[in-house]
Amino acid sequence: MKKFNYHSIKDTKEASKLSSANSIFLAGGMTVIPSIKLGLGSYKDVIDIKEIKKLSGIKVSGKIVKIGATTKHAEVASSKDVKKAIPSLAKLAGGIGDPQVRNRGTIGGSIANNDPSADYPAACIALNATINTNNNRKINAENFFRGMFETCLKKGELIESIDFEIPQKSDYQKLKNPASRYAVVGVYVAKHKSGTIVGVTGAKSCVYNEKSLSDKLSKNFSSNSIDSTEISPSEMNSDIHASAEYRANMVKALAIKAVDAC
Amino acid sequence: MPSLVGSRVERKEDKKFLTGKGRYTADINLVNQTYAFFVRSPHARAKIKNVDTSKASKAPGVVKILTGKDLADDKIGGLIAGWKIVSQDGKDMKVPPHPPLASSTVNYVGDHVAVVIAESLDEAKYAASLVKVDYKILKAVVGTADAMKSEPIHEGIEKNLCFDFGLGDKAKTDEALSKADKVIKIDLNNNRLIPNAMEPRASIGDYNPSSEELTLYTANQNPHLTRLVLSAFCAIQPEHKFRVVAPDVGGGFGSKIYPYAEDAVVAWAAKKIERPVKWVAERSESFLSDCHGRDHVTHAELGVQNDGTITALKVETIANLGGYASLFATVTPTYLYAPLILGLYNIPVAFCNVKAVFTNTAPVDAYRGAGRPEATYMIERLVDKAAREMGIDQAEFRSKNFISKFPHQQCLVHNIDSGDYSAHLKKALEVADYKNFNERKKQSEAKGKLRGIGFSTYIEACGIAPSAVVMSIGAGVGLWESAEVRFNATGNVSVFTGAHSHGQGHATTFAQIVSDKLGVPLENIDLIHGDTDKGPFGMGTYGSRSLAVGGSAIVKACDKIIDKGKKVAAHMLEANPDDVEFKEGEFVVKGSNKKKTIGEIAFACYLPGQYGEIKSPLPEGVEPGLKETAFYDPVNFSFPAGSHICEVEVDQTTGETSIAAYTAVDDFGTVINPMIVEGQVHGGVAQGIGQALYENAFYDKSGQLITGSFMDYAMPKADNFPEIKIDYTCTPATSNPLGSKGCGEAGAIAAPPAVMNAVIDAIGTDISMPATAEKVWEACNKNKKSNAKAA
Ligand SMILES: Cc1cc2nc3c(=O)[nH]c(=O)nc-3n(C[C@H](O)[C@H](O)[C@H](O)COP(=O)(O)OP(=O)(O)OC[C@H]3O[C@@H](n4cnc5c(N)ncnc54)[C@H](O)[C@@H]3O)c2cc1C
Repeated sequence: MKKFNYHSIKDTKEASKLSSANSIFLAGGMTVIPSIKLGLGSYKDVIDIKEIKKLSGIKVSGKIVKIGATTKHAEVASSKDVKKAIPSLAKLAGGIGDPQVRNRGTIGGSIANNDPSADYPAACIALNATINTNNNRKINAENFFRGMFETCLKKGELIESIDFEIPQKSDYQKLKNPASRYAVVGVYVAKHKSGTIVGVTGAKSCVYNEKSLSDKLSKNFSSNSIDSTEISPSEMNSDIHASAEYRANMVKALAIKAVDAC
Repeated sequence: MPSLVGSRVERKEDKKFLTGKGRYTADINLVNQTYAFFVRSPHARAKIKNVDTSKASKAPGVVKILTGKDLADDKIGGLIAGWKIVSQDGKDMKVPPHPPLASSTVNYVGDHVAVVIAESLDEAKYAASLVKVDYKILKAVVGTADAMKSEPIHEGIEKNLCFDFGLGDKAKTDEALSKADKVIKIDLNNNRLIPNAMEPRASIGDYNPSSEELTLYTANQNPHLTRLVLSAFCAIQPEHKFRVVAPDVGGGFGSKIYPYAEDAVVAWAAKKIERPVKWVAERSESFLSDCHGRDHVTHAELGVQNDGTITALKVETIANLGGYASLFATVTPTYLYAPLILGLYNIPVAFCNVKAVFTNTAPVDAYRGAGRPEATYMIERLVDKAAREMGIDQAEFRSKNFISKFPHQQCLVHNIDSGDYSAHLKKALEVADYKNFNERKKQSEAKGKLRGIGFSTYIEACGIAPSAVVMSIGAGVGLWESAEVRFNATGNVSVFTGAHSHGQGHATTFAQIVSDKLGVPLENIDLIHGDTDKGPFGMGTYGSRSLAVGGSAIVKACDKIIDKGKKVAAHMLEANPDDVEFKEGEFVVKGSNKKKTIGEIAFACYLPGQYGEIKSPLPEGVEPGLKETAFYDPVNFSFPAGSHICEVEVDQTTGETSIAAYTAVDDFGTVINPMIVEGQVHGGVAQGIGQALYENAFYDKSGQLITGSFMDYAMPKADNFPEIKIDYTCTPATSNPLGSKGCGEAGAIAAPPAVMNAVIDAIGTDISMPATAEKVWEACNKNKKSNAKAA
């Protein structure tokens, strides 16, 4: 492991000051630490943001559930407020990885990392989330996730919180990779007043809105309405865990399960 | 004192392990220690044209860099394949050289090319990245099934064939098959597994230039054998100046029965630089370079009469050995496999052919069950298929063909001393509530799920290995075990065993035996193992042998102690030795109240001699001290058997399979500690379920290990398992004084076919291990499509 400077900071201003082309933010470290250890990333400065108080916590107001960036998966999973407002979001958080990962991993880290198999990005899409950053940007989820491990965050830009829109109904269904417990395919169905959004993770190189399903469900929110929809495997991932064809089939199968569970 | 044998005594060793006080090899740090990091081949198959260490040698902190050339210059020998197998044509097996550091070719990704020794691990790692190896990359041979059709990877080993082994009567088997009413055929693969012991391998070499003694600390199941191989074959250090210590070891599952290249290199290097050299595997190194398990491709045929009687069995297997022949690699798919193909059925004639091949993958060796899981998977899938095709109930078909009279000489090798197979099947059917399975199936269907039930009635051969039996079938050595029971003058007892505990709980089980035998309280008995400087030569722990063989040696040593004690007690009590009885820790003169405790006798043995009026407690000719050694060579294998029944639930829409219920009823003979045995069954079943549903070591065509971490290699987790229902039947083994048969591997042997037969029952189609969600979904989908067509 290469040597680096470790900074534990207390407010977001310090974050901007310390960050450079050769620095990285550290939240739960569930991705950062293994990547440093394996030599995949090496940095001059590692900036720990866990002690920034205002980045952590859950607040429900009106139609919005606001979750601070350093809030841990376990906190979201067990939050009474989340369970009441968006039960499927608590369920999603409770199904991430294993207890150790849930007790350290954070929502901000998950979203900033944008792993193609991560769960939260699907929730962001389906729950029409807004990602708030320290640059005072409010970024809509559809614009935030750019590609594999790629977001529209600028160097040194910090996610402060995520606003999720409370839907009328929703559910998240996940086919777990038996090894890592990441999503082979994860489908988040949320029925809003304005229509239904189907956020899909794991299937392609980046989370996306499966419009063919969203459109049909917006017109008629029942599993019958999507039963005959064919999802094309052409852009889907294919690896030792699942072929593209299987993934394409799972997008529909899980969407049906989610609708039925709503 | 109530008998401890048979009671759920809490494990003596748990406190230290659960409070983080275990002392593993990696916990040991020696003064002036250096750190080793291995340069490993990134290619599956290549010629080494040149190894340039010039830049690396100048890197900060580097103490020494050693390569295959240095090894050859020092005349360090290669690692060995311990069992010679003779092919059907009478020719000896062909085995390539296996130098601990490769000098001319590398044969799998992770093969060892050089070692960098530095003042710190980071420095060693950095310098290793500067070692320049010039490779000529060659086309890798990866697949088991087509290895024989590929270019030979080792010079002089045609068709990559190590041996072509046959056991049984081929002509008679063919004849019986041609006469059978029905021949059931099956093609199977036994997936490759990565052992993943919780503690990665580690070793520390420590040379004392003053005494010229070399010590190797190593995470190993078998320290004496490791010393023997490193002395006699690698010629690193003479045995009498060589100490091998295997301290606390965090699991082995067979992967730590023998020395590895790293052990040899670290020991040799420590001697060379006269400083301790420490190496601890990273988890990714474990994936690449621990020996893997299983990896068979098999075709089998079963002859059956219309009434369901089995008449013949023929098996053809290709076993993948990987890049080299590891120490137990050649015995595992032959003597530990072929005799077991008959299962617990009365099959009059059989033949088994095993072709072992080399490929450019990690070496394959014994892994929990070693040979018996492969045999059991084959026969239990085949019997299941036969019952299915003939429309006979699974339990009934099996019962009909069970061996029922004992002893029973099987048509291949084994003479089975005892068993009652109907008894454990009957009990398993009750515990699993077989008669109401259809109810549960309906309940699953109401939830939109498929439900299946699968059986595995298995037998295995443990207590390896009676010299007389194994040498008669061609093995070079038998595997006895040693024990020393040493009374200290104050009356507590040190017990030395040649077996090695790395999770099995010997400190408790063996102490229970000694406590019962000698009447000494459990807390006054200490078990010592894992250090060649302490106990007598031993054979280590694997093959569910420790209790049946090692425990029996302890019983024998205790008997010697009692014999001597009687003589001393008789002398002290002025009685005839024949009139002295030993019971619950006391020597009593028959029909009197004259007695001495064993503690008093031990004390007396250490303080003999006339003292004034008091005469010596020792009769004439009896040596002082109270310590006895025994070596136990069993008269036969022991044959644990049992019935496992698994129920699965399958979600057709995704293919996900979950274990709905699991029942294990085993006959392990005498059970010393039921709680420890349950733990062994749980662990074994967990590994078996892992093999059936999740685990698979996958190499791509170029020989890269794609499942090289836990992110891709699916180790099962706690929530993958249901509560396992456990029960026992008991027919004591007749081959050892304890009547114990062995329980360590049973779960891993029995579970895979039980699970797979259940999956097949649920989905109605054959499917290969592991039954991943996608494979199951595909099978369900195909069924749906063909049903739709038919309709
Ligand atoms: C074994 C294992 C299993 C897992 N299983 C799952 C799973 O099933 N589903 C799933 O979704 N995820 C899974 N994960 C991912 C995990 O849940 C974490 O969310 C993820 O690893 C990020 O970790 P972290 O929050 O600790 O962030 P870190 O590792 O600390 O950071 C990750 C990245 O995000 C950046 N970052 C962190 N916080 C911010 C911020 N506020 N603003 C801007 N950038 C930031 C960091 O600089 C870094 O680039 C798993 C991880 C592991 C190790």
